[in-house]
Amino acid sequence: MKFVTEFRDPASVAGWVREIAHLAQRLDRPVALMEVCGGQTHTIFKHGLEALLPETVELIHGPGCPVCIMPRGRIDDAIALAEQPGMIFATFGDALRVPGARGSLMQAKARGADVRVVYSPLDALTLAQTHPDRPVVFFGLGFETTAPAVAMTILAAARAQQANFSVFCNHVLVVPALEFLLQASGLRLDGFIGPGHVSAVIGTDPYQAVVDRYQKPVVVGGFEPIDLLQSIWMLLLQLVEGRCAVENQYHRLVKPEGNSPALAALAQVFTVREQFEWRGLGSLPRSGLAIAPAFAAFDAEQRYCLPSQASEDSPVCQCGLILQGKLKPWECSAFGRGCTPDHPLGACMVSSEGACAAYYKYGHGGPRSPMAAPRRFAEASARPPLQSELAR
Amino acid sequence: MCLAVPGQVVAIVDGDQQLATVDLSGVRRSVSLACLVTPDRPIEQWVGRWVVVHAGFALEELDVAAATETLTWIDRLTTPA
Amino acid sequence: MASSNHPSDSLATPPSNVLEFQQPQHRTRSSDEGYITLAHGSGGRATHNLITDIFLETFRSDALNALDDSARLDLALFMARGDRLAFTTDSFVVDPLFFPGGDIGSLAINGTVNDLAVTGAQPLYLSCGFILEEGTPIALLRRIAQSMKLAADTARVKVVAGDTKVVPRGKGDQIYINTAGVGVARSNQVPGPRYLQPGDAILLSGPMGDHGTAILLARGDLALEADITSDCQPLHDLAAALCEACPTVRAMRDATRGGVAAVLNEFAQTSRVSMVIEEAALPVRPPVAAACEVLGLDPLHMANEGLLVAVVPGEFAARALMAMQMLPEGREACLVGHVTKADPPVVILQTRFGSERIIEWPMGDPLPRIC
Repeated sequence: MKFVTEFRDPASVAGWVREIAHLAQRLDRPVALMEVCGGQTHTIFKHGLEALLPETVELIHGPGCPVCIMPRGRIDDAIALAEQPGMIFATFGDALRVPGARGSLMQAKARGADVRVVYSPLDALTLAQTHPDRPVVFFGLGFETTAPAVAMTILAAARAQQANFSVFCNHVLVVPALEFLLQASGLRLDGFIGPGHVSAVIGTDPYQAVVDRYQKPVVVGGFEPIDLLQSIWMLLLQLVEGRCAVENQYHRLVKPEGNSPALAALAQVFTVREQFEWRGLGSLPRSGLAIAPAFAAFDAEQRYCLPSQASEDSPVCQCGLILQGKLKPWECSAFGRGCTPDHPLGACMVSSEGACAAYYKYGHGGPRSPMAAPRRFAEASARPPLQSELAR
Repeated sequence: MCLAVPGQVVAIVDGDQQLATVDLSGVRRSVSLACLVTPDRPIEQWVGRWVVVHAGFALEELDVAAATETLTWIDRLTTPA
Repeated sequence: MASSNHPSDSLATPPSNVLEFQQPQHRTRSSDEGYITLAHGSGGRATHNLITDIFLETFRSDALNALDDSARLDLALFMARGDRLAFTTDSFVVDPLFFPGGDIGSLAINGTVNDLAVTGAQPLYLSCGFILEEGTPIALLRRIAQSMKLAADTARVKVVAGDTKVVPRGKGDQIYINTAGVGVARSNQVPGPRYLQPGDAILLSGPMGDHGTAILLARGDLALEADITSDCQPLHDLAAALCEACPTVRAMRDATRGGVAAVLNEFAQTSRVSMVIEEAALPVRPPVAAACEVLGLDPLHMANEGLLVAVVPGEFAARALMAMQMLPEGREACLVGHVTKADPPVVILQTRFGSERIIEWPMGDPLPRIC
């Protein structure tokens, strides 16, 4: 795939791994870097990038998975909406298996709810147009990457006066989550890889205040192996040179000021909620979006009576600590025992982007010895004989 | 949350709705250019350009020169192995 | 996925680009020949007419024409070919019924043919049972029957027994098919998932994910278009060629639901070995790879309907590959990895960068994701 495959070139990856090792040596101390976005976590696991890094460079997987941080009560609300009479409930495939207190949307579908997987919120609007006699609700979730798509869809619905269409809005914001992590005590972090696609919308400027206040470097990074390795290298270089700045590795997409039509649509359609509950992190101030009063007709929360009951996560689940990077997935007592991707107890096991699900799925720290696999090939250029490695 | 893939705008589907066909390496889909079209850059000017698509919307233009720069950066680093 | 809401008449006249893949040039009747009613399942005249008019007319087999309650087959024919009777059954539900590269009819024939083929058997006879939903256009049933006939002829098997039942409208999704099949195998050549040994080679007969991706796109919910065709095809000639070239084939599977990942995991579990595959060697067609990138899916998890996964002793790998590549359905066959001794039994993928990750069993149907 053009502009994807090139960024997975093995020779170039090996080159960046060499450069990272070189900088890590110069730095001569262990560092912990957090990739904020779940999409970046996914790339790291899919391509086994952790195994290519020096021992002293540790990656901590951030809270940037909007499915993972969705509190159970909101899933229950989604199911209540899907079970309204005549309802067509449209959602991204990601949310289908997420468990609430009353099971998942997939189970609601099995019980008779008309739940449809769509690729775009525009497809949900099309469903409303092709089924004018039935209410259609779209399950809006995601960070600032996805929120403009939903905002633009609501604007299109308003233009078309599509009265049977509304959105159940659960959009969240990245910067408040970062601030929460930085304020939390006991967190050892030396820098952040900023979420590239969120930043295509919000730009790199919003990170400047974070960098100024907390003195942690941020490099906005892309999603391919070369993007992530370059971002790690850029963070290490800042640490070596004693600098602390916002830098932009993903400059093929991200502009400092962001995308102005997208930001304008966000400002027009949404307002910032005073509080929003994040699964595992708790209630964070000014961290979520609601639909603005001018578009109340398209707000499912206002059109339908929702149970909106908070429901606690399983007491053995330690997702909160994992989302904050204080605990590794395999250090949780439920990991792989009570909690698996088939039967997730907590947020991080739910989505394929969640740190626990990623570790479980790709085997790092899972049934095999913790972190044995990622650490095995410290040198990317050398390809050790696999059989002898496995015979251990 | 952020699965977005690069593709090239190949045709306008509906100028009023700001919809265009984007070719994602052989997979075609009608995509909204609402985040890209401005009075300065009407939809006609986007045909042939590379964009990154997320959830049916072109999120931002892909700067081809910048992509090349990212790819060739390693060649300019001269740390001895 | 939305599977319950296509209007039943929309498939009576599928778009022509779908048609041209497999529509045999038999006589076609006007599409107004009516719809399946409960009377067609009553066992009375309507049932008789339907069976005579569609199934007997299409399949033209002596055993069917006898209209007996069972087909009686000459045992000598079996015994001349081997000393083991292979017997299998499979049921087919697919949405949409017609898709690029096939339809539920060709799927129902090839699926059972392949189940026999991967146990080392030569498929000979099939039965087919139809569950029809009241209101299904008869023309649709005729098209599917004709497609089955074409697939059966291509695979050189005969349909010798059949059955039809009708369920009330809304109790089914137009048409479900069950096929059972018998074939002949030899007791001295019995591949199976428990015979894998360290040092064995893992072969794929072609690229992964064509069928699953074609179906996902053909449903239309995702509004994606790509030139992707299902790999629906019989594999028994390929399996036979492989067994000929390598008398000690350890195991074969057609990688259907769950994809290649499910097959390799099953092999690893059953034989208590590890399977090591190389990312760079895995064959995926560019549009399938692109569709999977767009939807956040892994081709290793996507279904196939004509892809053979075979494990052979390492020393036979080259011969086995060459034999597969001689046949059209194995033209793109390749070596993708090898079996190692390891505990616990897992499937390991070596990335292009020299790192590795574990390939898990897929979790349910692949769901498109945007995160």
